[in-house]
Amino acid sequence: MTATLLGIGFGFAARCLMLRSDYRQYPAYPHGYVTHLSLGLIASLLGALAVPALLEREFTAVTFLSLAATQFRDIREIERETLSKLELSKLVARGPDYIEGIARVFEARNYLAMLIALLVSALAYVVNAAAGALLGAFALLAAMHLMRGPVIGQIATVRPARISFKGPNLFVEDIHFMNLAREEVRRTILARGLGVVIEPIDDNAREILANNGQRMAIAHDAATQLGIYRDVDTAEFTPILRRDLDTGRIALLILPLEKDMDCLVQAVKNVPVLESSTSRPLKSRAGRGAAD
Amino acid sequence: MKTLISKYILAVVTLDPALVGSGGAPVFVARDRAEQDRIATYLARITEGVVHDLENGVYILVKH
Repeated sequence: MTATLLGIGFGFAARCLMLRSDYRQYPAYPHGYVTHLSLGLIASLLGALAVPALLEREFTAVTFLSLAATQFRDIREIERETLSKLELSKLVARGPDYIEGIARVFEARNYLAMLIALLVSALAYVVNAAAGALLGAFALLAAMHLMRGPVIGQIATVRPARISFKGPNLFVEDIHFMNLAREEVRRTILARGLGVVIEPIDDNAREILANNGQRMAIAHDAATQLGIYRDVDTAEFTPILRRDLDTGRIALLILPLEKDMDCLVQAVKNVPVLESSTSRPLKSRAGRGAAD
Repeated sequence: MKTLISKYILAVVTLDPALVGSGGAPVFVARDRAEQDRIATYLARITEGVVHDLENGVYILVKH
């Protein structure tokens, strides 16, 4: 009984710690918390019961784990669907890749809660409660530190860049963005716009930045943190990222409400590298050969 | 995979009607640059499109 309770406790604690609410805005309301915490509790309950049940020769109990896995896969579906629908009402969309990443994280956090509960209860059952608690504390720390992916700042250098117009054509450094006819729009962009260039450090990073979903995530994160100077009827002020075909550099143009270059660079550096955009051409012989 | 046409010309605002042939988008003829700018602005706000300059006196409104 102690082992099970300990397992549930640590599993649930892990889920609570992983429930962070920041500028990503989700979940932010008590209802959102309740949904995720109760699922976390169920996950840790199932995890904590598995090993004691197995040792008591209740083999059917293990089938519940597979049931739980199916259940949590549904969570990913639900998250994906919800966030995709909410996308329509956002001024700067997250993009499908970012949504997929968030949905996967929600699913994985439940598995993690279940796994921690399982390990803690197993150790507490087989050895003693103190050993279980020690493992639990270690697992919580590991969950907090290891479940973090790389960010843009680690795969690329981010630096301020100059915005200019040549006739109606808008450039950030020498990267062409778009053609804008209206004088007023051009004046606003020159006055309020900020440009940054994101330079990949190697060929792996270049491929990550080439991904359109990754670029949408950068635009969305920058816009959420600095505010965005646009409304539904001013499509020309949407933040955009364009690629320099020769070098793989990416440039971002954004009209933030808070015109603060340092904060923008910081925001871009902190954008997570999305799992779906990650590719490693340097791991292949052809990719390495082509790199030089 | 995109299954929708996401970029299309909503309207054309021109100073010289001879530069624009018949097509899918409505053509608005403006008397001068100021009127062209004004019409383009109104249309852009109403249709949520973006005005692009073809640099021959023709503006197009594109839905992005």
